[in-house]
Amino acid sequence: MGFAFTLFNSWQAETVKGDIPMTKQKVLLVGHGMVGQRFLEALADRGGLDHYDVTILCAESRPAYDRVGLTRYFTERDADALSLVPEGFMAQPGLTLKLSTRVREIDRDARVVITEAGERLDYDKLVLATGSYPFVPPIDGNDRPNCFVYRTLDDLDEIIAASDQARVGTVVGGGLLGLEAAKALHDLGLETHVVEFAPRLMAVQVDDLGGGLLKDKIETLGVTVHTSTGTRAIVDGEQHRHRMDFGEERHLETDIIVFSAGIRPEDSLARACGLELGERGGVVIDDYCLTSDPDIFAIGEVALWQGRIFGLVAPGYQMAETAAARLCADSEPSFQGADMSTKLKLMGVDVASVGDAHGQTPGARSAVFFDQSTGVYKKVVVSECGKKLLGAVLVGDANDYGSLLQLCLNQIDLPGEAAALIAPAAGDAPMLGADALPDSAQICSCNNVSKGALCAAIDEGATTVGDLKACTKASATCGGCTALVKQVLDSELTKRGVAVNNHVCEHFPYSRQEIYHLVRVGEIKTFDELLDKHGSGDGCDICKPLAASVLASCWNDYVLSKPHAGLQDTNDYFLGNMQRDGTYSIVPRVPGGEITPDKLIVLGEVAKQYDLYTKITGGQRVDLFGARVEQLPEIWKILVDAGFETGHAYGKSLRTVKSCVGSTWCRYGVKDSVGTAIQVEERYKGLRSPHKIKMAVSGCTRECAEAQSKDVGVIATDKGWNLYVCGNGGMRPRHADLIASDLSDEQLIRTIDRFLMFYIRTADRLQRTSVWLENLDGGLDYLKQVILDDSLGIGDELESQMQRVIETYQCEWKTTVEDPEAVKRFKHFVNDDIADDNLHYVRERGQRRPAYEHERIELVQQEG
Amino acid sequence: MNSSVTLEWKTICKVDEILPGTGVGVRLPQGQAALFRTREGQFHALDNMDPFSRANVISRGLLGSLGDTRVVASPLYKQHFCLETGKCLEDETVSLAVYPVRLRGELVEVAVG
Ligand SMILES: Cc1cc2nc3c(=O)[nH]c(=O)nc-3n(C[C@H](O)[C@H](O)[C@H](O)COP(=O)(O)OP(=O)(O)OC[C@H]3O[C@@H](n4cnc5c(N)ncnc54)[C@H](O)[C@@H]3O)c2cc1C
Ligand code: SF4
Ligand code: SF4
Ligand code: FES
Repeated sequence: MGFAFTLFNSWQAETVKGDIPMTKQKVLLVGHGMVGQRFLEALADRGGLDHYDVTILCAESRPAYDRVGLTRYFTERDADALSLVPEGFMAQPGLTLKLSTRVREIDRDARVVITEAGERLDYDKLVLATGSYPFVPPIDGNDRPNCFVYRTLDDLDEIIAASDQARVGTVVGGGLLGLEAAKALHDLGLETHVVEFAPRLMAVQVDDLGGGLLKDKIETLGVTVHTSTGTRAIVDGEQHRHRMDFGEERHLETDIIVFSAGIRPEDSLARACGLELGERGGVVIDDYCLTSDPDIFAIGEVALWQGRIFGLVAPGYQMAETAAARLCADSEPSFQGADMSTKLKLMGVDVASVGDAHGQTPGARSAVFFDQSTGVYKKVVVSECGKKLLGAVLVGDANDYGSLLQLCLNQIDLPGEAAALIAPAAGDAPMLGADALPDSAQICSCNNVSKGALCAAIDEGATTVGDLKACTKASATCGGCTALVKQVLDSELTKRGVAVNNHVCEHFPYSRQEIYHLVRVGEIKTFDELLDKHGSGDGCDICKPLAASVLASCWNDYVLSKPHAGLQDTNDYFLGNMQRDGTYSIVPRVPGGEITPDKLIVLGEVAKQYDLYTKITGGQRVDLFGARVEQLPEIWKILVDAGFETGHAYGKSLRTVKSCVGSTWCRYGVKDSVGTAIQVEERYKGLRSPHKIKMAVSGCTRECAEAQSKDVGVIATDKGWNLYVCGNGGMRPRHADLIASDLSDEQLIRTIDRFLMFYIRTADRLQRTSVWLENLDGGLDYLKQVILDDSLGIGDELESQMQRVIETYQCEWKTTVEDPEAVKRFKHFVNDDIADDNLHYVRERGQRRPAYEHERIELVQQEG
Repeated sequence: MNSSVTLEWKTICKVDEILPGTGVGVRLPQGQAALFRTREGQFHALDNMDPFSRANVISRGLLGSLGDTRVVASPLYKQHFCLETGKCLEDETVSLAVYPVRLRGELVEVAVG
């Protein structure tokens, strides 16, 4: 069935899933370098080892190691630490590793490879991952002893051995690798020189100014840099082993020479067997990493894609994934080229280049910041329109690399002027925080890890960069993204700060949201049952009221029924707000703030009769203070008889729906804000929630009801209702967000139904809607999706739950005053009918208030 | 000293006048007490006056446990008091007086002297 690959063109092939060979086929992997190893991992991850037996032919004496981190070997001298092969990896069935086995020839007709030792191995599929070899310029004497290259651990061992007898070391080539080699020689204690043919260092990555600065910096570290210098010949030296002849009487004596003048694809096998190659080498591949032979893949530095060789590991890893996916017939994005941005610390100097560093895009403009005294050079290249970042060069300070790379890769609109991106941190520089990045932003380009993938790992419990590295591979390769990974981690952890440790209290290892689910799913009806099944200890003043609220939100039983009695905070237990002297306040509901004169008179009369302190609240109703516990049922009996209901001022529930007078009287009003406020208040009264809920309705956009400071705010427009959510006044004001516009009456109610129920289901204890939204993953957009687009498919459920709560509404005070058993509870003393005998009042501004401590002492003395 | 000899008991109410997990106020000759019945059926009596607000509200606090300590939380400012010792968990210098309680058949009695 292997022919499937050739039958389909690249478009169709993406839809072919499951077209994998039934009997095991043989795959030969030639080269076990960084990319080869990644290929094996990708294949194993995709279950490919069930379908293929893979034999790995590795020329080196060690299995794959971290070539990117090669230089560490000089300081650590620990080859094992560089290994890329996880313990036990090679023991998987289907993998056979042959070390020190170099392939000499590929016979495509016979589908056989022949090793240098003469062994013949046949294949169904062949994967070439032979990497590159260092280019050694054709200079006379380049093969003298103590002339090295810098690519393998063996190379390094040789350099280390030779350095014992040496005093001077010279690197030919001032590119990225050359400078790394120079650092190594410097660390080995050699007097170090870099000889570069081009007029500047790191010609590929940085421009002239940046290269100049880099040179200055490196020279202050004691490395001598010779730019615009070509070597004509290497001959015997006088004081040292070699003399490098630069022509025009210039020369340099040195004991060791390391060639680092670029790399060439290791394509000799491919060439010999007639695979298509590029003009300057490299095995030509298509978007699926297939060579001109449909049974042969090429990946990594040996491969040439659209005329380009990628001398970095990240693109190689992407090729490895692509080839493995292809073998497993997984539909996977094909290889589409790769970003060549780099960041590294060369001899203690930060150097980075992003995207189009040289400004070669037509119309590109650049801004440069250059400070020779501090040794910082920064350049940004922006698009013609000035809105997008195309590239950047950073020397001396590469802290902004991560942000700039993200701006560039994700084509995010620039937060300000281009120059501001590189201006010395002015404190409020418009930099890009990890928060601003979209989930799709690629954070680690070596391993193609997106912000979303990091967040997912954090959700699953990763709490350190180490954890993230272990489970996503982010920052595991070049390390250039470490700072950004950390930023994402920190910001995500802070975001989840509440969420991570959101157990309600010591008795329940769950968040409020989880308890809500336990109660709903387990059909739990009492606190005892909840505690038995999911908690420990005896409960407390945190979890009991929480449970009461959740039970009420779910089942809406009478809050004072016996099983719930001991759960209620005193305010809920006595259905009033306890004031500082232990008496309660009474707040009847006045829906929408509209009240008839007759009802107002009832309130006045009750207040007078019981000498209650009277005050108008901010929520457009009347608050009567100073009722003793045993007076509460009497007073409420009068109020209920007069048609009042409880205002739930004591509960974590809907408080008021404030309204302006709207079209009823106001000359600007476009809709009946009072009528809607009353309708909304009647609908949601009594709804138990994680915290109190306030709403308002304004009759026009003049917004006299201040709806945008409420949990739910409704504003009339001439086209319908605009709905705002998650606003807050009080201690932490927050302007509400517009969630939907121009709603009909019916749409308005449905949307509020869903919004409130979703909040009740998912919020934490005592979390107002404002804070809830700030902590909601995905924020307002996500909320809109859930509420408006029903992305979770729970819209109907939310509405029917709300309907149930509405249908089971009862005025708790009405129920209470009609039930003699319930009334009995309203006593100060169980063994005496008298009132609390320890209350003391003074009169002020014509009304009564509890005495302050100093007044109390006087009063007690007078009375005594 | 064997306390039962010197204690004087006052009958307060019937057991089922106090719902499990709640408290009631009690008038004693020497002042006000808060009498609690825990979920497991234990009875405790403490001062009813909350030392932080000077209001007689301890009987209306929520019962619960913190670690191994059975507590009542003041309904006003939420300090916790140990049901057995009366000690305030948040402020060592504050504690509530504790009154011995006993059951006689269906009746709850609190020691008054
Ligand atoms: C010092 C140094 C620093 C680097 N720093 C960075 C960096 O910071 N960032 C970055 O992105 N990249 C860096 N690179 C480049 C990176 O290491 C390469 O892009 C990457 O190793 C390419 O992987 P590969 O598997 O294609 O090739 P390799 O890792 O070179 O593996 C190829 C393997 O194939 C073997 N082989 C070749 N021919 C045969 C044959 N005929 N038979 C059997 N086996 C054969 C070779 O011996 C080798 O082991 C650095 C490279 C070096 C040397
Ligand atoms: S919001 Fe508009 S309708 Fe309402 S009172 Fe103000 S001006 Fe009048
Ligand atoms: S602002 Fe302070 S004093 Fe005023 S009612 Fe609110 S909590 Fe009490
Ligand atoms: S970008 Fe190289 S390890 Fe992440």
